[in-house]
Amino acid sequence: MTNTLRTATGGRIDRMRALGFTFDGAAFTGLQGDTLASALLANGVHLVGRSFKYHRPRGILAAGSEEPNALVAIRRDTARYTPNLRATQVELYEGLAAHSQNRWPSLAFDVGAINDLLSAFIPAGFYYKTFMWPRGAWKSLYEPYIRAAAGLGRSPTQADPDRYSNRYAHCDVLVVGAGPAGLAAAVAAAHSGARVILCDEQSEFGGSLLGEAHGGHAGEIDGEPAHAWLARMIESLTNNSRVTLLTRTTAFGYFPHNLLGLNERLTDHLANPHPEQPRERQWQVRAKEVVLATGAIERPLVFPGNDRPGIMLADAARTYLNRYGAVAGTRAVVITACDEAYRAALDLHEAGVFIATIVDLRPRADGALPQAARRAGLPVQTHTTVIGTSGRLRINAVQLARLDDDGRVTDGVVNMPCDLLLMSGGFTPSVHLFSQSRGRLAWDEKVQCFVPVEAAEHARPAGACRGVFSLAAAVADGTLAGAAAAEEAGYARTPRQHSSSASDPARGAYAGALPQLRPADGAKAFVDWQNDVTSKDLALATREGFQSIEHIKRYTTTGMATDQGKTSNLNTLGIVARTLDKAIPEVGLTTFRMPYTPVTFGSFAGFSRDELFDPVRTTPIHDWAARNGAVFEDVGLWKRARYFPRNGEDMHAAVARECRATRATCGIFDASTLGKIEVVGKDAVTFMNRMYVNAWMNLAVGRARYGVLLRDDGFVFDDGVVARTAEDRFHVTTTTGGAARVLALMEDYVQTEWSDLSVWLTSTTEQWAVIAVQGPSSRRVLEALVEGSDISAQAMPHMSVARGRICGVPMLLMRVSFSGELGFEVNVPADFGLPVWEAIYAAGRQHGITPYGTETMHVLRAEKGYIIVGQDTDGTVTPDDVGLGWAIGKAKADFVGKRSLQRPAMTSPDRKQLVGLLTTDPGVVLEEGSQVLQDRGQRLPLRPIGHVTSSYHSTTLGRSIALALVAGGRGRSGRTLYVPMTDGDVAVQVTSPVFYDSEGTRLHA
Amino acid sequence: MLLIRCPYCGERPEPEFVYGGQAHRARPPPNAELGTQDWADYLYRRDNTRGVHAERWRHTHGCGRFFNALRDTTTDHFIATYEIGAPPPAGSSARKAGR
Repeated sequence: MTNTLRTATGGRIDRMRALGFTFDGAAFTGLQGDTLASALLANGVHLVGRSFKYHRPRGILAAGSEEPNALVAIRRDTARYTPNLRATQVELYEGLAAHSQNRWPSLAFDVGAINDLLSAFIPAGFYYKTFMWPRGAWKSLYEPYIRAAAGLGRSPTQADPDRYSNRYAHCDVLVVGAGPAGLAAAVAAAHSGARVILCDEQSEFGGSLLGEAHGGHAGEIDGEPAHAWLARMIESLTNNSRVTLLTRTTAFGYFPHNLLGLNERLTDHLANPHPEQPRERQWQVRAKEVVLATGAIERPLVFPGNDRPGIMLADAARTYLNRYGAVAGTRAVVITACDEAYRAALDLHEAGVFIATIVDLRPRADGALPQAARRAGLPVQTHTTVIGTSGRLRINAVQLARLDDDGRVTDGVVNMPCDLLLMSGGFTPSVHLFSQSRGRLAWDEKVQCFVPVEAAEHARPAGACRGVFSLAAAVADGTLAGAAAAEEAGYARTPRQHSSSASDPARGAYAGALPQLRPADGAKAFVDWQNDVTSKDLALATREGFQSIEHIKRYTTTGMATDQGKTSNLNTLGIVARTLDKAIPEVGLTTFRMPYTPVTFGSFAGFSRDELFDPVRTTPIHDWAARNGAVFEDVGLWKRARYFPRNGEDMHAAVARECRATRATCGIFDASTLGKIEVVGKDAVTFMNRMYVNAWMNLAVGRARYGVLLRDDGFVFDDGVVARTAEDRFHVTTTTGGAARVLALMEDYVQTEWSDLSVWLTSTTEQWAVIAVQGPSSRRVLEALVEGSDISAQAMPHMSVARGRICGVPMLLMRVSFSGELGFEVNVPADFGLPVWEAIYAAGRQHGITPYGTETMHVLRAEKGYIIVGQDTDGTVTPDDVGLGWAIGKAKADFVGKRSLQRPAMTSPDRKQLVGLLTTDPGVVLEEGSQVLQDRGQRLPLRPIGHVTSSYHSTTLGRSIALALVAGGRGRSGRTLYVPMTDGDVAVQVTSPVFYDSEGTRLHA
Repeated sequence: MLLIRCPYCGERPEPEFVYGGQAHRARPPPNAELGTQDWADYLYRRDNTRGVHAERWRHTHGCGRFFNALRDTTTDHFIATYEIGAPPPAGSSARKAGR
């Protein structure tokens, strides 16, 4: 196994450890330390993917996370299939199986490439213009087709079996990026004694130093070779217990108050990860100070045919050579607008690559590096540009032309054969995180890029990410930033000097499209490789009137792919600026958003999946209900028994049986989920008087009352039975879903409005199990069990409470009813809920006691016209609207909502009021939420006068019943209205909302 | 996720808190001869401040206490947090929020 395109020595790969891998099924060999991209290049594979829109053959453009083209899917098994990974970041392991994307049937022959020929018909924004008719076809035909034809990888077809972990951390100084500046910053901060976290997205620390040849042109730092310095820095950090080092960890988001999201990839580089080991760990780091040493990304050049496989960023080719020993070609042309690309030419030349020519866009190139290139005998052509390339699946030639004094292309095109074209338009600082933190950027004319100028958080950019490019300056900048960050975090400053011998070359840069022979010939000059956006698309957008860069971005989709325009951003600005005849700073910059690189859903979900996704609340009686066949429903976080089917009953049959039993003899219902708040203090009654609409002063100890709670806007907020258990103590119940918000509302008034009151509020929802025993036989069932309390009709009338014991357990017994029958609610400490329930159930067997669930509870209460807040009310309903005007303490000076009830609109006779609806056909059950109409056969748009809020089949009444809110409803009693349903309008008669026992004889039995 | 200094518990992460709306809005006394418009203003009108905003927070999943805060709505930086009933700290301004 020898890769002919592998150097004999050098680099950070292990030539003794060969790794087998496959790409689209074909077997290849790489080395330990390779990325998939470097291994493919060492095997001479440049064609790795098809482009998003035109399906053009694409190769490897970059060597880092900015790669827009080389997106691959990695398959471990059916469930472990990860699409859209950048081959430049995929670390090679034995047996790795990679697949190209967006091609059919194969990468070399792709039917979708017809889009490239049809490209005249699918310019930027074509889907806004072309697929307008017929309207319905967009959803059914056009969109599915476009989505299938365009696009990236496919999703895995099975649930993700991997584990994901998360972790919170605090530190004094978080350093993002472990290149020369970041390492220097971390070492300086750690030297001051600060707690430091240093993270880097790569597999090892070093950043740009990793791409330098040993003894190459990198120069020296602190008087020692750069590689030795790197090793020494890492060693000093490793040996410091206050420093946390995170490789393979991407800082993907900068959130308010110096919170950063880091994603650590733990197993993706391993051939056989342990199944219990998390695949990724997401860190949320709260840092006192942040040093951003995020480096810079080389800028491509925009010229026709700049996307063929074999066209690469110059620095990427140098990294492949120096770090991986992979030679990207045999005959190279370099096109550049800056000195830095000459390093690549020199390094490749030394490695034996034939440099056909170096083409420099600038009129002159006299810096140290161009001179070194000339000394090495490399041909340099200044003031020359590329006007085209050729080669189908790999570049085979480049067409060059000279520029005249005005920068226009002259005739006399030279065709230069090559299999590798390196380009460089200078470097763009990676300001993503700084910009995410709302830091201000400004255009720097000297370095021709946007650089950070004013931080919004405690963030310090250092090194290349703020335009300090040369090694010496970046190291010094990092040292200063690290020391300053530690000082700001409270550590004494201990300055250390770094010196460096590296030269700081005169730089150059280019943003925009290169000058061309004809302004609009057929060849495409790509700006955004990943979304297939060309310079023509951008020009078209400006011609069509788009001026704002944010609009142009959205219209053309430039910079909106998964790479977020890392390589395209500044060229886009350059082109737009030129077309609009503005300066780049005037055009502005689009907003950077998280994540810096894509983050898996698994990383965000962490442990929060399956049963850990959301807490589940169960009552003390839950297990009994489960054992007895209950079907549960979710009510908020609670699991509530909905019905108890017997012998294969469906819900309808089970509910009918449960209703009959409760009305005939006795039902038992788990009401433990009811919210419970203990209101205690010498001003408890005053507090209740101010909070609820009811009059509480005259409520005797041992009695209970149905309480209605409004917000100050006068609308019903919650309801529930309130018992006065002592002079200074109320046992307040709330709806199941309203418990938390009722307590929050009460606390708000107690803490912020009524600081004069001596009252304490405690949630006791989970302290009590509540067993509702309802039905004519309920007193007889309980009489045998209750100790020390007389529960006879005389001693314990409706709405009274008693303390006592049941089954030896302390009990708060309330005679209350949500069924309309004689009924009790037995409150016992939650731990005794189950045994007491079982005892009551056993004692009730001889009386035919029947467990019922929430569905029966709903039917029974609807038969009585009892509302459920949130179902029969919707936040725009006053007490009077739902027939609860009687509950209001009219003589009270104030209560929450009182002033609002006096507003004219709140007393209008046309308000929607709660009524009953009886269908003419008793078998028809109305649909909840249906509109209520005054007359039948209305044409659209309907003119509804109300809506159905509750609707059930009532076994007790042998017919359907419904509650509705209808405008002026009580005045329409006896009238016929209509409810539109699927099969036409249903005639209904308006009635009282109380359908059963309106005199309350059963309730008071 | 903001970092909020509860006056009673110190700095805690935002998920422990619930926002409580604009601060320093006293509920009109019950017996006041209050016009409908004034009452509507109390109920519904809020400042939409660009800059330093006095607002209430509750450390719901902590001590449970309401408190007031000054927050710069353009940067989300807190200038101060202080107890309910106390006036805003004197001399507080957006400048003091630091970077």
